[in-house]
Amino acid sequence: MPNSATAGGFLLVLAIVLPVAGVLLSVALGGRQAERIALIIMPAGLAVAVAIAAGVWRSHSVLRYFVGGWDPPLGIAFRADGLSSVMIVTAALLICGIGLFARTQFPTPRGAETRTSLVFWTLLLAVWGALNAVFIGGDLFNLYVALELLTFAAVPLVCLDGRAETLAAALRYLLFALLGSILYLLGTVLLYGAYGTLDIVLLSSRIRAEPVAWTSVSLMTAGLLAKAALYPLHLWLPPAHAGAPAPASAILSGLVVKAPFFLVVRLWFDVMPRLPEHAAAQVLGALGAAAIIFGSVVALRQARLKLLIAYSTVAQIGYLFLMFPLAVRPETGHPWATVAWTGGVLQAVSHAFAKAAMFMAAGLIAEALGHDRVAGLAGIGRALPITVFGFGLGGLSLMGLPPSGGFVAKAMLLTAAVAEGQWWWAVIVLTGGLLAGGYVFLVLARALADPIQPLRLLTTVSPSRQAVVVAVALCAVVLGFVPLRPSELLQIGRPGIAMVRLR
Amino acid sequence: MSSATLYGLCGAVLVGLGLFGLIVHPQLLRKILAFNLIGSGVFLLFGVVARKGAAAGFGGDPVPQALVITGLVVAFAATALAIALLLRLFEQTGQVTLRSDG
Repeated sequence: MPNSATAGGFLLVLAIVLPVAGVLLSVALGGRQAERIALIIMPAGLAVAVAIAAGVWRSHSVLRYFVGGWDPPLGIAFRADGLSSVMIVTAALLICGIGLFARTQFPTPRGAETRTSLVFWTLLLAVWGALNAVFIGGDLFNLYVALELLTFAAVPLVCLDGRAETLAAALRYLLFALLGSILYLLGTVLLYGAYGTLDIVLLSSRIRAEPVAWTSVSLMTAGLLAKAALYPLHLWLPPAHAGAPAPASAILSGLVVKAPFFLVVRLWFDVMPRLPEHAAAQVLGALGAAAIIFGSVVALRQARLKLLIAYSTVAQIGYLFLMFPLAVRPETGHPWATVAWTGGVLQAVSHAFAKAAMFMAAGLIAEALGHDRVAGLAGIGRALPITVFGFGLGGLSLMGLPPSGGFVAKAMLLTAAVAEGQWWWAVIVLTGGLLAGGYVFLVLARALADPIQPLRLLTTVSPSRQAVVVAVALCAVVLGFVPLRPSELLQIGRPGIAMVRLR
Repeated sequence: MSSATLYGLCGAVLVGLGLFGLIVHPQLLRKILAFNLIGSGVFLLFGVVARKGAAAGFGGDPVPQALVITGLVVAFAATALAIALLLRLFEQTGQVTLRSDG
């Protein structure tokens, strides 16, 4: 029976319930327990994530769970296909890494409980629960609620320190996010009015090429782009991501912006796979290309390290949207389309690890130096060699040099672009790689230079935190060893599997 | 003009007014109110959709009504969070817009 709950379905519920239970417990027990609760939930959640991926891989089919035993359209479905399981594992690994990194920065206070420690650990779990809900949601309205939960958890992370400029950045982020989600909701109501269901699988069989479908999908895509900070809706991202404390920046830049991107992918490839929308996909690709060029050039001109990394996020988000003109094809299962699709998803995963590592490295450097001016980095390479090494490994992935996940992702996009005769996207990929090389080199050259006067560090940075940075960056490097072809795991639950080997 | 069309047009006007306010007004409080106006327009559309289901033979489609209630809760939470941030910003700097920082 294709439409019944599967054996491992309860794991999907656990993936949401565990972090949410942690949030509730933290609020009930107070700030003195928040860190301990998070540290207990983290390995459990990682185990659940791995179990979900293993279940999808072993059964070679989609894991399903129907809330309350009611089938859609009456009930609400949770589904985990190959793509969801990869994103869930990515989120779990990163949350655990960032949690270990943040222990020194947001310790449980000895005396009276402090606000930041309670808020950070609670929101870390809240972000995790919301992300998992986005990744396994099978109902468009449920996904709206999950997106909003994610926003409400992410916005306060920006202004944890309560300074005026971070408050302003958080408000700007919130306003963009609210506009995005209300546009998404408007599209949802139109879809429900036209087709009478919001379940992704049912909707994909009912949706037809007609004005109401175009209107609603455009509204939803536009809303999601505002949340994903695709150029020209990126205005909120640099101040928010650069102003947040380092572990929060790593979560925001690595994971939170990937959730709306994931939903755009769901919408375009799962809700309406058979609609001819090639021209619209070209528009998304063009915005992505503009983001790559603009973000990289502005990143080159930044004086502060965290702002440089934030603008690099703007650029790297652009790569994600290059997959649309290449993967949206009139015929389903076109082999190069599958390659481009896989490349786009790999870019999301490898950028998550690389960017989280770079933000954490920047946080350690800022702690040690007391500032994060790029011009004042001389000598830090000798003082914190492991941290700078982690930063460089992350940079490898951004530039798209082998071995790194970024290389595999960009190679796939590049080859698909050339093979499909859309060479202009290949030029963009290469130019973006060169510019990324420019801004990563700018930082590394300064960091490895000899200082004019001996460098004095404000604090000693614990080796364990540096080790976390390198471990997270190594995840991005390890992704460089996945074979250069559509991954079988990612294709589980997707129609029209077409395998092709790159030569 | 049927009542459903009338309500649908009202919803569209509310969304349009709200979008205009959100983009044009620099004051944050007005932006937050404009967001709520868009929300009201969307919720009105949910009502229209529920009514349309009723025309198909039900006594009224309950699903959009359930969605509206959830949507209201979410919009309320969003407004509360935005107002809290705005109050903190006002306490610290006295500014009610985002203009000064670019």
